[in-house]
Amino acid sequence: MDRDHSGLPATARGEAAVLSTPYVLEYTYRRSVGPVIGRFFAGLREGKIQGALTTSGKVVVPPTEYDPETGEPIVDLVEVGGSGVVTTWCWVAEPRPRHPLDRPFGFALVKLDGADTALLHAVDAVREEHMKTKMRVKARFRAERTGAITDLVCFDPEISE
Amino acid sequence: MSDPVRRIKAPVRLEYSVTAGKDLSRFLVAIADGRLIGKRCPSCRKVYVPPRGVCPTCGVALGEDVPVSDTGTLTSFCIVNVPYEGQVMKLPYVYGSVLLDGADLPLSHLIQGIEAADVRMGLRVRAEWLPPEERRPTLESIRCFLPTGEEDAPFDTYKEHL
Repeated sequence: MDRDHSGLPATARGEAAVLSTPYVLEYTYRRSVGPVIGRFFAGLREGKIQGALTTSGKVVVPPTEYDPETGEPIVDLVEVGGSGVVTTWCWVAEPRPRHPLDRPFGFALVKLDGADTALLHAVDAVREEHMKTKMRVKARFRAERTGAITDLVCFDPEISE
Repeated sequence: MSDPVRRIKAPVRLEYSVTAGKDLSRFLVAIADGRLIGKRCPSCRKVYVPPRGVCPTCGVALGEDVPVSDTGTLTSFCIVNVPYEGQVMKLPYVYGSVLLDGADLPLSHLIQGIEAADVRMGLRVRAEWLPPEERRPTLESIRCFLPTGEEDAPFDTYKEHL
């Protein structure tokens, strides 16, 4: 089909032309994050990952605002390790424009050291054959952090000694 | 630990590619040329501007292209008084439905050159085109509609088009 993204074409292109153009719909939302996620983000700004401590002593990462077992509000956050284990993953061979990395990567559930649940994030493994369930990965933080989930860039495979 | 984060930016962004279709494309190409065209229904004789493939009333394919005037009658309007993010117009401004002479469907556009309080149904208006070199295949090639100074159109001439 005869398409045109320039917006120009018109008469020179004849009567049969079917015009097409990019169209962006964007809502510039801001949202309040609440006391639990607010502290979680403040931790990321300092390069720390925290989980929610539940009544039964489990650590939920990322923190939930309520105890998943009892429904009680979460009061305490505890710091967990910056490294952990991949519990499951899938490979993204062709990243989309808004994916966390601009080259092939793995989306993985990462159970950080000291946590009882896994966090979904990107693993910069470069090649699919480098991805393995139970592999150790380490958080890579942005140098300039703002207190947002994007302060955590991705996870890198840990080099075994 | 430093102060908790209170708010975050969480924009939602959708990127589309919009295709105008055959009839609307011809309409837009004509606009870049400083012309307005519609299409007539062979059954009810109504002229649709912008043109479309099928008459929504009769369900038949529309017939020939029909040139329509860039002058018309304001059939209804609203005065915008509420500021919102991304607004480029100075408040208050008027957005209205213009029934072009020769058309049976009003076109929505900006009404300027008149105080908001003086805008009324039946006002005769004419398209204020951008200079030819700035025209593109978009309704923005018409900057706005301005009063012609003619006498108001009698209600009976547009009451079927409200």
